[in-house]
Order: sequence, then structure tokens, then C-alpha cells
Amino acid sequence: MTPPAPGKLKIYLGYAAGVGKTYQMLTDAQDLHRQGHDIVIGYFEPHGRADTIAKTEGLETIPRRNVEYRGAVFEEMNTDAILARHPEICVVDEFPHTNVPGSARTKRWEDVTVLLEAGIGVLTTMNIQHLESLNDQVWQISGVRVRETIPDWVVKQADQVVMVDVTPGALVNRLLRGVVYSQEKSKKALENFFQESTLGALRELAMRQTAHESESHHVESDIAESDRNAARVGGMAHVGGMAHESESVVSLTGRVERILILVTADPSSAMVIRRAKRVADYLHADCMAVAIQRPTGGNKVGAVEREALERHLNFARNLHIDARLLDAEAAGDDPAKALVEFARVNGVTQLFLARPRGTGLRGMLQASIEQRIVWLSRDMQVTIVADRTRVA
Amino acid sequence: MTPATRRRTPEELLLQVQAEEAQDKRGRLKIFLGYASGVGKSFRMLDEGRRRAERGQDVVVGAIQLPPTPDVEPLLNKLEAIPLRQVDGVGVMDVPAILARMPRVCLVDGLAWNNPAGSMNASRWQDVRQLLDAGIAVIASINIQYIAELQGAVEKITGKHVTQTVPQSFLFGTDEIVVVDAPPEMCFGHSGQGVAGDPARIAHQLSELREIALLFAADVVDHQLETYLKQNGVAASFGTQERVMVCLTPRTSATAMIESGKRNADRFHGELIAAHVRQGQLDELARTALERNLEMARQAGAHIEILEGDDPIEAILEFARERGITQIFVGHGVDSKWWHRWTGGPVGRLIRGAQGIDVRVFPQ
Repeated sequence: MTPPAPGKLKIYLGYAAGVGKTYQMLTDAQDLHRQGHDIVIGYFEPHGRADTIAKTEGLETIPRRNVEYRGAVFEEMNTDAILARHPEICVVDEFPHTNVPGSARTKRWEDVTVLLEAGIGVLTTMNIQHLESLNDQVWQISGVRVRETIPDWVVKQADQVVMVDVTPGALVNRLLRGVVYSQEKSKKALENFFQESTLGALRELAMRQTAHESESHHVESDIAESDRNAARVGGMAHVGGMAHESESVVSLTGRVERILILVTADPSSAMVIRRAKRVADYLHADCMAVAIQRPTGGNKVGAVEREALERHLNFARNLHIDARLLDAEAAGDDPAKALVEFARVNGVTQLFLARPRGTGLRGMLQASIEQRIVWLSRDMQVTIVADRTRVA
Repeated sequence: MTPATRRRTPEELLLQVQAEEAQDKRGRLKIFLGYASGVGKSFRMLDEGRRRAERGQDVVVGAIQLPPTPDVEPLLNKLEAIPLRQVDGVGVMDVPAILARMPRVCLVDGLAWNNPAGSMNASRWQDVRQLLDAGIAVIASINIQYIAELQGAVEKITGKHVTQTVPQSFLFGTDEIVVVDAPPEMCFGHSGQGVAGDPARIAHQLSELREIALLFAADVVDHQLETYLKQNGVAASFGTQERVMVCLTPRTSATAMIESGKRNADRFHGELIAAHVRQGQLDELARTALERNLEMARQAGAHIEILEGDDPIEAILEFARERGITQIFVGHGVDSKWWHRWTGGPVGRLIRGAQGIDVRVFPQ
């Protein structure tokens, strides 16, 4: 038996609670229902908003599943029941949701993947701040470290990303009128996330991201085409010293762009990984990550460091980055040299590193591994990724 | 991290005062922006009018595309309309009648419409400006193909030339802009977006128009954000828009840097800036080399900035912070001294100073 054609995924993208994502999604669901499509609600979060609740009328809802955790009962989407019912299209609110421990899958987006693989189309909602590669920037803008994130490749799988837009002014008005949250929660929200500048910045990110998703749909094929052409003609595409076309992913030397991330035990690694992957995605470049295990003789510090390296490499793998651990022997006594050598062997054109941490004279004299890498890798581009800290 | 708030300069304070004063008298302008007919711009505009009217605001319809589509008709029926005036068989918004009626909010479709010769204003968007000046709030809708500065890009996609346009500056001056977004399939079956051919081709064209609309709206929002931050004395940037700054000297091997900078700026739909810090007199050879590098950057579409400063690193960093640069591209100095191995040299200093900005070091 051949597996069914995967279902189509449509994401309603917003920039804050209350912009009307769920409302828009349910409006479309009603239209689809009227047109005769077999559509059900798999999960819907009413948030006590009367307008939105009214939009579910006449649509079949698959009852939620009760999950017991630490003596309390939580309700989650019942993926098995949806699979059994097997509708043509399923409405799933709050794409970035994390399931209660003990659920079959950790994340709702994983449940959605199961539905899609079964050939069920899915309509879902999310806010821009949940996109993994923007996590540091969102923190910089809003001061909020969003924990529930969705890897960019998951969003990229969507057939459609539609932006649900309202102005920050209208949103703040809705908030003040108590449409979005209760009075108490509204007050807190207005002080934090709902500052006009924060909303404006998130909104701009959502617009740019939606444009990017739309573009990558039709540009991907164009790029694949231009890659093949570039590969055929080699460096010929750049006669005259300047690239003739910005679309090509081939560097001046005719090589394909390949980004390598240096992963360390330092928490800043997550920031470097996100940023490098985002740049790689936009440039249509390959992306790899490598961590270098220093020879430590198996002491306790070594074990802690190793654990952190593994954790960071796994984080990279979850974002679909080819991530490897170079062991101590391969690294020898010079990790910087080992990294640069690894990069050369693998045809890397760009290295991504964290900003050296040391400050003052001490920092300068420490001649960090980063500094040495910049010094050694004179045939590659080296990007030192900024610490993205809170703006205002 | 301390908030990057600083004392505002007199110019910034003046800017704020002027903005607030202007705000008091002028009506607010809100625009619904769409990328094609059929995305629902007019619907959103009228629906907002309906909601405001229900909340007790005095709303009238100043101009609407006729005949109305079935989805907007029920909304139209709920709103008071000031009829268009017929001049030489052309429907013209009746500005004197609206001014006499003096509503709080006026809804206006078809911003790019030209008025017949001899009218007070040549175009409808100028009529709108008159309403705003009179203190009437305007809610309007526009299709991106009518924005003058986007015409070239839109024409390339649709192959259709539009003669009636609204200048971009008018849209950048709006108080609020809303993107009316819908997947391209939604726009099938509507005429007027000027695309023709097989469905796959139409879908492709519509999706290109959609990107232009989203990026245009993002630019407007970015502009508003910058103004807001400036008025509030926040010196930092949110980095929502990628801005690549390529640092050029006479000695730079600029080709790879400019090529890469252009690719980054293009792919992120960001800005490309090429900067040189002037230091003392250059000899003939160096001047020629620098001019060649700058010309190459100009060809790549970069804005050229000549910076002044005794300390080039400080000059670069100051400019980068001021302009909200997100990526600085520099060449790896070829004349590095032995102690630079430890201190990192000028590049090391740049890296340490570039708070919140990526630094990309290029081989030379």
C-alpha cells in the first residue's frame, strides 16, 4: 500500500495574542465547510472570546483527551481520535503548544506532523515570536525569552503562511476593552509585551517572515535551477569581478556557500546556532556545526563540558543542522587549528563564532580560541555573532 | 543591560513636539494595503467603519468602488454615504459636501483615482489630504500596484502599466497601515489585477506581488518604529531590518565583500551601505584604488558613506549604532603587527566594540 499524499499545512501567523489569528482561521474553516469540505476542529482554545467562539458553531469538534499529570487533569488534542475520524481538514489552534508530560509527543507541531503524514490537511495558528531562529531577537525586542519554539524547517513545510494583521493601536484598544485578556492580565500585558514599540517591531518581523516564506516557495525552484547552471559553468558566472546576479548561492570561487558553526559549552552557542542557521536559510547555504572536545583526562569538569556540548549539538540537530563532535585526539592540543582544518577539508566558506567573552586587558591577553580562529582562517569569512541583548 | 536611553537632542525634542502638535489638529489616516483585487481590502475598510459606527463614532463613506461586490454590500447598507459627484461622466469624491457634513471618520476607496481636469485636486489622495487637514480621520484602501515607486517592480510582474498613482511618501506618512493578506488562490476569479495566463503563472505572479506588499508594509512599520524610538530618545535599534555595512579602504579586496554584502542585503530585503573612514591624505594610487572600490559598491546598489574620525574603529561603530546596522563586514588587515596576535588588532577592537552587531571578517 502506498502512503497517502501528505496533507497541506496552512499557518495563520500573527505577532501577538489578540490579533485575530484564530478568528480568521475559523472564518476560513466555515467557508471550507460551506463549500462541502469535510473539516473538523481538532483543538480550539476559546480564551473566553465570544466572537471567536461563535465562529465554531456548526463545525464538528473532536473531544479532547484527558491527561493526568501530578494529580491534575490536563486536556490535550486527541490525535488518535482525529486519525480515526480521518477528516479531510483539521483545525488545530496554537501550533507551538507543548504537551503535558506523558503525552505521546512532546510538541503539538509533532502531533500536526502525524496528521499531515496521514494525509489530513491542517489549519493552525502561531505568533512570530515562537519561531526558533528569531528567539534571541524577540528577547532583545520584548525582554521575553520565549520557551515554546518551533524550528524554522517545520514552518517552511507549510504550503501557506498567511499574515493576520492589525495595527498595534487597534490591538491595545482590544486589550483595554478586555477582549483579549481579563482586566488583571491586560494590565500586566500592557506593561510588558504590549508596548507599542515592541508590538511594532514584532509586527515588522512577522511581515518580513511572511514575505520570506512566500518567496522561498517560488524562489527555491529558481535557485535550484541557477545552482545547476552555476555548477555547469563553474566560476564563469562571475566574469568581470562582480557577481552578475544576486540569486546565485555560489561564491566568487565558484564554490557552494557552506557555513560552519563552532559550538562550545558556553550558553551563547544557542545564539550562534540560531543566527547562523537563519543566515544559511536566507542565503540557501549549507549549514554544519562542530564542537571540539578538549582533552581533559575524564575529570568532572570534562564531563560537565561534554554534557553541554552534546546538548548544544542536539539543539543544532533539531534545527536540521549536520552537527558533529570532534574528539580530543583529532583536535590535538590546538582546538582552533583543528576547527580551521576541519573547515578546510569540508569546503567551508564561512565560520560562525560567538563573541569572545573576556573584557578588559585580561580578555585581550587571553587570546581566546575565537581570536586564534580569526587569525588562522585567512582563507575563509569568519562571522562573530553579536550578543543580542535587551534594547529598551 | 541598562536601557539604551539617553538625553534627547533639541532636534529630537522639536521633532516630538511638532509631531504631537500636528497630531492634535490633523485627522488620523489608516490605510488597508492589499496586493491584488479580491484580497478583501474594501471589506476590511468598510468593516472597520461599521464597527466604529456601532461604537458610536460618526462615520461616512466618502468614496467606494462601484458597483460594490456582494460581500461589501451588506456593510455599505449600514453606513451613511456621501454620493460621488458626476463630472464629465467620472465619479469624483464630493470633498465640499464631506467638509460641510464634517464627520469624525470618512472611508475612501480608490486613492489613486485622478480627478477630471479643472478639479481642485488632481488626484483623490490629495482630496484625502484635504480631509485630514480639516481634522477628519480617513480610513482608506489601496492596491500596491498604484504606489508610484513600486510601479517598476509591479510592472515587471504583471506587464501592465498603471497611469494613476499615489506617491510612496503619502503612505509613509500614514498613522497606521494594515496588510490585508490572503493566499494567492483567494484572488482567482477577480479581474483587474492585471495578470493573465495559466493558473500556475498567475499564482506565481500573485505571490510575487504579495511579497512586495508585505515588504512595503514592513518598511512603513520600520519607518514608524524608527520615528517612535527617536522621539522617545532610544538610541538603539531592534534589528528588525537587516542592514549590512561594508567597510572599505584603498587596500581592501572589495569584490568578495561587496558581492557577499549585496547577496545578504538582497536575500534579507535589507539595506547595503558601503563606508570609508577618511584619514589624512591619500596618495594618487590609494585614491584611485579607493574610488574603484567605492564605484563597485555603488554599482551593487550600496549607499556610500564617507565617515570622519581620528579613530576609524570608533567612527565605524558610532555610525553603525546610529544607523541600526546589523552586520559589519571588514577585511582582515594585511599589515597586522605581531602583538595583534594577542590583542586582535583593530579587527579585534571592532569585534569587542560591536555590541549587538555581527562582524564578518573577510580574507584579504
